[in-house]
Amino acid sequence: MLETRGLCKSFGALEVARDVNFRLERGARHALIGPNGAGKTTFVNLLTGVLPPSRGSVLLEGEDVTALAQARRVKRGIARTFQINQLFRGLSVFENVAIAVSERLGTGGAMWRAVGRRADVIEETMRLVRMLRLDVDAGRRVAELPYGRQRLVEIAIALGLNPRVLLLDEPAAGIPSTESHILLDAIATLPKDIAVLIIEHDMDLVFRFADRITVLVSGAILAEGTPAEIAANPEVRTVYLGSALDG
Amino acid sequence: MKAASDFAQRHRLRWWEALPWLAGIGAFFVFPNYLAFGTQVLITILFALSLDLVLGYAGIVTLGHAAFFGAGAYTVGMLAAHAGWTEPLSGLLAAAVVAGAIGLVSGFVLLRTHGLTLLMLTLCTMTLLEQAANMGAAWTGGFDGMPGLSFQKILGVFGFDTLYFRTQYLYVLALLFAAFVLVRTLIFSSFGQSLTGIRENLLRMHAVGAPVRSRLIVAYAISAALAGLAGGLFTQATGYVNLAVLGLERAAGVMIILILGGYGRLYGAFVGAVAYMLLEHVLAKAYPTAWQLGLGITLITVALFARNGVIGIFDSLRRRLAGKTRGSAL
Amino acid sequence: MDPVSILLGGFASGMVLFIVSVGLSVTLGLMGFVNLAHGGFAMLGGYVIFLAMKHWGIGFVPALAFAFVAVAAFSAVLERLLYARLYRAAELDQVLFTIGLVFVMTASVTLGIGPETQVIELPEWARGQTDLGFIRYRTYSLVLIVVGTALMLALWLGFERTRLGAQIRAAVDNRRMASSLGVDVGRLFTIAFAVGSGLAAVGGGLGAEILGLDPNYPLRYLVYFLIVVAVGGLGRVTGVYFAALLIGVLDFVLKIYFPKGGTIFIYALTLVLLLWRPHGLFGKKGA
Repeated sequence: MLETRGLCKSFGALEVARDVNFRLERGARHALIGPNGAGKTTFVNLLTGVLPPSRGSVLLEGEDVTALAQARRVKRGIARTFQINQLFRGLSVFENVAIAVSERLGTGGAMWRAVGRRADVIEETMRLVRMLRLDVDAGRRVAELPYGRQRLVEIAIALGLNPRVLLLDEPAAGIPSTESHILLDAIATLPKDIAVLIIEHDMDLVFRFADRITVLVSGAILAEGTPAEIAANPEVRTVYLGSALDG
Repeated sequence: MKAASDFAQRHRLRWWEALPWLAGIGAFFVFPNYLAFGTQVLITILFALSLDLVLGYAGIVTLGHAAFFGAGAYTVGMLAAHAGWTEPLSGLLAAAVVAGAIGLVSGFVLLRTHGLTLLMLTLCTMTLLEQAANMGAAWTGGFDGMPGLSFQKILGVFGFDTLYFRTQYLYVLALLFAAFVLVRTLIFSSFGQSLTGIRENLLRMHAVGAPVRSRLIVAYAISAALAGLAGGLFTQATGYVNLAVLGLERAAGVMIILILGGYGRLYGAFVGAVAYMLLEHVLAKAYPTAWQLGLGITLITVALFARNGVIGIFDSLRRRLAGKTRGSAL
Repeated sequence: MDPVSILLGGFASGMVLFIVSVGLSVTLGLMGFVNLAHGGFAMLGGYVIFLAMKHWGIGFVPALAFAFVAVAAFSAVLERLLYARLYRAAELDQVLFTIGLVFVMTASVTLGIGPETQVIELPEWARGQTDLGFIRYRTYSLVLIVVGTALMLALWLGFERTRLGAQIRAAVDNRRMASSLGVDVGRLFTIAFAVGSGLAAVGGGLGAEILGLDPNYPLRYLVYFLIVVAVGGLGRVTGVYFAALLIGVLDFVLKIYFPKGGTIFIYALTLVLLLWRPHGLFGKKGA
């Protein structure tokens, strides 16, 4: 569904993506792991169009989208969450999600009808808010919520875009472990043919969620395979054990 | 879900929204000798309202909005002086169209940039127009402007009242009302909400697939048209237009008014314009330097402690009293 | 007027623009803070020099030095107390604050000294004309050109060769990275702000002959300083230098041949330039 071919990105002499050939299949539950600084977020930025690549291409369902800007790719079905929440902090939870839903429904630019009159927007927003258990906080300003709940708003927005490809950048970071099941439950309700890619450090979550894991180190793919294969891979263990010994 | 019903209610009229209009009509009867001043206040409210659309809601910081006010003012003036076109309503339409067109073009070109560069470019565009008006004295009357303009009766019935400004006052009030209805509708629409989104988090708006640039350009053009409308009204009401309509003083002045009243709050323009112009009328004539000093100190204080202006102060008080939190827009 | 005279005259005005604006460029580049009150420090400097010379009988050059120190210190205090609170604030709040500050400065000067234009007496050696061999030109203009260029070289060397300079350049390019590398960006900014304002003060005094000295100075020349900074590129000393020269010469030429509305060309040119290169002629895409 989502593919990169020979994707490269450098900032001057610093190479952050090196000839990455990656495939995200339809219906995938795929995890991207790797040590800090491996270039995982950069990779997502390349996939979503936030960063233009130095070389290589990004394809969505066979179509080359490398030249498309971020917003256009979103319209084609790629949605992502950010590692650091990117929310409308002064607005309420409900309004945050409603904006995303309006855009997805194609009514974001409508100038006459009050958005409060749009039953479709309101219904869909309510559904998403309930799904992420944000009902209680729905009317509160995002800036006033604890970080973990803000994270759930971030995810609600991504889900509200009804994507075909969902890229989640450390979705569980900051969510207290008592609430992390909300996240997994929400993902479980997604249609089976949506491709989901998670970047995570929480190995528990990764192994519970993923059918397939890719390991990224210093901008290049080190290994790729099923969770069992990855867990048994000696190179991977060195990379992770190594960093565990250092830090 | 309460949030959902609040959301569905947010565009509904509140009872107190009738107050500004009642006050406006009331002033007509209570202050019959001050209607010339009142007309200027109303025109300024309209101008500030147009600025609120781009500055308060879309978050575009511009020091050059007087470019559109001036464009509208001069369109009406030049049509009247050189083409004998003195029918007021169509003249206003021309003013709005011209200003809106300039807004569309300059928005298309300028809104590719942001921050200081954008600020500079808006300033340059306005100053460019000001210099052009200065140079084209044959058309614009140059530095002295075009005094002594007169206009036909509105709708063939209401003649301009050069002595007491009664017609002008009600004329401007009616148009301000119409413009306000337009802006209010826009603000509560999905379009308006997306403008707020753009202001609050640009990256996020891109990431939800919104065509940010075209939204901004449309908002900018509409705002320019409204500012042009205010400018056209200015020329019609006073019968005079000169370079001051295009000056930094007017542009900075309307920005100050909007911020003092409270930007992004729809009624900030009303509060700010009335308060500022009243104070200025009373103080600035008598003690101009002290007025400037006081204004400067007020601006510094507002920037540091009361960024949301008078309305923001009321809002904080209300929130503290009610003990709850709420979202945006009104 | 012959081309050399025009160039020299334009360069001289350009030098004044440079000396005043270079501080603004660096602080904008460092902190992204839109300081519209920068011209106010230039004005204050001019007035300090005027008062020092008139009431204390100090000479021109010592007065310049004194103004530098006094205004730099004053601006550092303002920075720590007020400006620092707004670094995270929205651009609008910064614009508002600095406009308010300009009003306060202008009103204070009007109240304290008076609204008239003040004249700063130039020292003997700077008056009259100098014979350069191929041309006789106004001595003071030549002095300005020499001082301005010397300053540019000194600053350039300072940025290239000293550790402080390297830190500033790094912080301008990427503030977050510099900060995570251990650079105290806050302290850096106070220093840059103070030095920049001090230089503006000197520029205000040096330029009084050309730009005048009255309470409306900051607002009158605000756009010009901003143009020089925007066109030159944020944080680029050499960029500001050449942009100032360009604007100075253009303005000088226009005043001679198109006295009525020639400045329109400067605004048009700035528009075109900024649209073509939004980061200035010499600027880079920032972080």
